[in-house]
Amino acid sequence: MLDILKGPIQAIQEFFQLTGRAIRNVARKPHYVDDILLQMDSIGFGSIPIVLLTGFFSGAVMAMQMGRSLQQYGQTGRTGEFVSIILVRELGPVLAAVMVAGRNASGIASELGSMKVTEQIDAMRALGTDPVQKLVTPRMIAAAVMLPCLTVIDDFVGMVGGWVISSLLFALPARQYWTSTWQALVWNDIGQGLLKPFVFSFAISLIGCFYGLRASGGTQGVGRATTQAMVYASVTIFLLDLFIGKIFVGQAAT
Amino acid sequence: MPETSSPRATLLRFENVVVVFQDGLKALDGVSFEMREGETRILLGAAGSGKTVLLKAAMGLIPTTAGRIYLFGDDITGKPEPELFDLRSKIGMLFQESALFDSMTVAQNVAYPLLNQRAINMPREKMEPAVRDSLQFVELEHTMERYPSELSGGMRRRVAIARAVVNKPPLLLYDSPTAGLDPITAHTIMALIIKERDVDNTTAIVVTYRYQDGNLVANFRYNPKSGRLDPVERTGPAGTAGTNTVFMVLREGRLIFEGNQAELESSADPYISKFVKLPEEDAA
Repeated sequence: MLDILKGPIQAIQEFFQLTGRAIRNVARKPHYVDDILLQMDSIGFGSIPIVLLTGFFSGAVMAMQMGRSLQQYGQTGRTGEFVSIILVRELGPVLAAVMVAGRNASGIASELGSMKVTEQIDAMRALGTDPVQKLVTPRMIAAAVMLPCLTVIDDFVGMVGGWVISSLLFALPARQYWTSTWQALVWNDIGQGLLKPFVFSFAISLIGCFYGLRASGGTQGVGRATTQAMVYASVTIFLLDLFIGKIFVGQAAT
Repeated sequence: MPETSSPRATLLRFENVVVVFQDGLKALDGVSFEMREGETRILLGAAGSGKTVLLKAAMGLIPTTAGRIYLFGDDITGKPEPELFDLRSKIGMLFQESALFDSMTVAQNVAYPLLNQRAINMPREKMEPAVRDSLQFVELEHTMERYPSELSGGMRRRVAIARAVVNKPPLLLYDSPTAGLDPITAHTIMALIIKERDVDNTTAIVVTYRYQDGNLVANFRYNPKSGRLDPVERTGPAGTAGTNTVFMVLREGRLIFEGNQAELESSADPYISKFVKLPEEDAA
């Protein structure tokens, strides 16, 4: 029984050690600004198309389903309210994070994994560079900055999707839709809507880096690391979402 | 390399070094040796005998389970990584698969140690000439702007040598420099290693499973005029001819032989004698 638990516990311990080192390095020299900018481009700008598409369609689908239900009570005018609350609180942060996890956690794991199995990580250490400082910290910073921005884009595009469907299917006036969308939001929603992607970004970048740096056994090992990073990052996002959601729901109730 | 009677400094010392991996595999088992300045050590051994582990342990890339390693007189056992960076800047390492950074050009790869090793502290304006010199040394200065993926295996190995020697380190570690290469390219790589030894007077460990590589190092010298390798005049038995080459044989993590070429060739150990089969054409 203890032997079965030994592996996962050791992995968790190593993950937190890596997290600690990556966070400590934020304040330590040297700072690889070029790498941070490069990763911001890859994680941030590179993910915009996918976030635009998923954001738009998730908002549109939500408006379609909500509008139909609300129509039964003659309340289609409140469609914007529901779309904005669900998007900003939950769907925007989670969907953007899951998309970025699918794209970048796996990308980071495969890139670092390939470097690991071809001894590039060892070469980096041999040539005077701390791989955590050079590879992990820039990815962590880039994800922490870019994911909240992507979430804001996702939320907004989702609302636009909702507006398109509301006006096409339910003939809802634009002013009514956008007023209810805007008025529905309170600071608590904005707070959790921005805190969530910030926290999720650490799960994406650090889990990607962790599995990449642990890769062994050639190309097969890299493939395994990529899958594991994607799966664990996604599951962790939903788990963290529950915890953060609970904190904010508790706060709003008091 | 001229022989001197004064005792040379010890660059690397292993004292009963044991390395056991997490899965319980014993990669090195009580390895002890002392390497002096000016020596070239040929480390022979079959695949999985611990050759690469020995080189990585010497740089502190792999932690030891027991025993001590002294690098340039400093005990590196258990030292945290940041404290090892300055010592590592005095070592050039050629990794088995070259380990060039895919995302960087050849010139950026070669400049990497100059930019990242704090102990080197080279002014930026001197970097480009140093990179060019180093690539000229391996005769690949025309590939500066190309990416490693565009180069052949032998060229990648040569770029990796250029990166290892760019800051003129006194100690070089070559991990299987000829593995997976055709005989002509393998000879070119070994000629570069000999050239580096004779031009910069470096100390080196060359890991290989090919005895002819060791034979070449022990018995040939780089001629700067002709740019070719000339046989060393033998003053005594083979391998004692002034190239200061020491052979070591690893078997399943244990160092089973340490000595010169003559002693190696006369060894009665069946494992060692399997390595010491020299095809005549390789010696030529």
